[in-house]
Amino acid sequence: MTKQPNSFRNQPDDRGHFGDYGGRYVAETLMPLVLDLEREYRAAQADPAFQAQFDDLLEHYVGRPSPLYFAERLTEAVGGAQIWFKRDELNHTGAHKINNCIGQILLAMRMGKTRIIAETGAGQHGVATATVCARFGLPCLIYMGATDVARQQPNVFRMKLLGAEVVPVTSGAATLKDAMNEGLRDWVANVHDTFYIIGTAAGPHPYPELVRDFQSVIGKEARAQMLARTGRLPDLLVAAIGGGSNALGLFHPFLDDPDVKMLGVEAAGYGLDGDQHAASLLGGFPGVLHGNKTYLLQDEDGQITEGHSISAGLDYPGIGPEHAWLKDMGRVEYTAVTDDEALDAFQLLCRTEGIIPALEPAHAIAAVTKIAKTMPDDAIILANLCGRGDKDIFTVAEKLGVEM
Amino acid sequence: MTRLSTAFSAPALVCFITAGDGDTAVNLDALVAGGADVIELGMPFTDPMADGPAIQEANLRSLGAGTTTADVFSIAAAFRQRHPDVPLVLMGYANPMVRRGPEWFADQCAKAGVDGVICVDIPPEEDDALGPQLRAAGIAPIRLATPTTDAKRLPHVLEGSGGFLYYVSVAGITGKQQAAQASIAEAVARLKAATDLPVAVGFGVRTPEQAAAIAQVADGVVVGSALVELVGKHGADAPLALKELTSALAAAVHSARQG
Repeated sequence: MTKQPNSFRNQPDDRGHFGDYGGRYVAETLMPLVLDLEREYRAAQADPAFQAQFDDLLEHYVGRPSPLYFAERLTEAVGGAQIWFKRDELNHTGAHKINNCIGQILLAMRMGKTRIIAETGAGQHGVATATVCARFGLPCLIYMGATDVARQQPNVFRMKLLGAEVVPVTSGAATLKDAMNEGLRDWVANVHDTFYIIGTAAGPHPYPELVRDFQSVIGKEARAQMLARTGRLPDLLVAAIGGGSNALGLFHPFLDDPDVKMLGVEAAGYGLDGDQHAASLLGGFPGVLHGNKTYLLQDEDGQITEGHSISAGLDYPGIGPEHAWLKDMGRVEYTAVTDDEALDAFQLLCRTEGIIPALEPAHAIAAVTKIAKTMPDDAIILANLCGRGDKDIFTVAEKLGVEM
Repeated sequence: MTRLSTAFSAPALVCFITAGDGDTAVNLDALVAGGADVIELGMPFTDPMADGPAIQEANLRSLGAGTTTADVFSIAAAFRQRHPDVPLVLMGYANPMVRRGPEWFADQCAKAGVDGVICVDIPPEEDDALGPQLRAAGIAPIRLATPTTDAKRLPHVLEGSGGFLYYVSVAGITGKQQAAQASIAEAVARLKAATDLPVAVGFGVRTPEQAAAIAQVADGVVVGSALVELVGKHGADAPLALKELTSALAAAVHSARQG
């Protein structure tokens, strides 16, 4: 058995490894850049002015702190434990993604970079990146799989309104992983002036660490809010996992609270028994992709396979390396929820709380409804409501057989 | 002397094609017949992040035809039988190489008669993932140096590397623009001052003229996308076209320092 560490919050090591995972598996052209980024991030961490600017933008531009909300009618409908939400869907741009983008664009400007690129799947990270680029007047290029461009037109238009150029990627399967490949190809050819804003807690070190740190505002706020409101910590944290940044943001500040259990919820798509799912941790194997070692959906030869989820934001064949480590350490439990279960939870939240959630947190809510009823009614579950569902109404309508 | 060091005793032409894209055995024979001194055999991968459109498409064609890792090693082993003296290196990405464990991969390389391995996304910082196992099996881990590899970093890149040093002449992906000759000459001089390994230059080299100019200063010239495009374009007739281009490139490289 692996030796238990004194703290679950001191990863990664100085090589960017979370146990066996993470690292810097990038082409030599990018290595000096990645090392530069790490140096600059360390300097920013030590600079109170950087933190002050980050905090100020989160408060006045993003609208933080986001509320901590007791979902009374949902709790009543489900029965069992109290269900609370961290309302990150109320952020500017409608999801947690903006927290990270603010942090990274400040780093980009600190490094003197003048051009921003990013990848996006459903378009939420693309919109958040386009937003901060508009806010700071930097040119922005978003790579998006051609398949996703076709099925996420509203977000494509949002990005264009914000002044970003959206490049449809036709290589491979034309989805998120191919958009990320294209982002890396752009970066390698434009290293002198370009900053790559990665959207989740994955990629080469230091991205998994810095994205987690920027997103940890979620858990830091939630911990303080919960203590202030109830005088205690929650019994269970629940969050959906695609790349895993909203979950890490919530979990990380609680990792050393031994009585707080944690559950990450992957997308089971049509079910874990087939290959139409996006559950890298539960249905994948360790491997190397996009700069880090982590669990991947892949075949026996190490070829990457295509995930499926009703939620385009969870539809990625990898997972942030810190989750891979937390899984192996047993600190966080992981489960998966099917498209149908997520769709039910989506509708349940709409009707009980008047909140239309994104399909990503609908997965977390589905897991919550299953587990809450097994817990006593004085127990507290805190789930991350990491995005709102406006972007998903077309997908949901189609699934429900409604013509719009 | 190893097969690789012998090949680089005079300016050498390194020819790349993707395994499983077309009739690879016949295409490899055409490269050798045309005068290729070193064969670089690409292992197909679903996500070839450092490659431009030509090699991306070759990867997709190969995987679409059902190429497996076992097929790649069969192609390599059969090549070694037919061409006992021509060095063969595998080029690819980390995941297919480490999938069954680095020991397994190194062992398969040794059994197939592979001389070296170029892994795009295992930089020296992650050498543990494959380097020790390759070295233990007598396979050269061939590293890449790029325009962004500065003098401070270069020793780190060279440590533990073998076979030859592959200089990526442009910061970018394969098959695109070529670097200015002056910058190549300067970079190669800088690299050769730091290592006894042969230095081969690649990325964006398509014509005999470019190859001849590089061979004036470097120990090797790598051509990939231009050959892979011929495989894609000519299908079963590719051997003729491959031999023709390789002959012209080889003549240019081999005569570069004469007269």
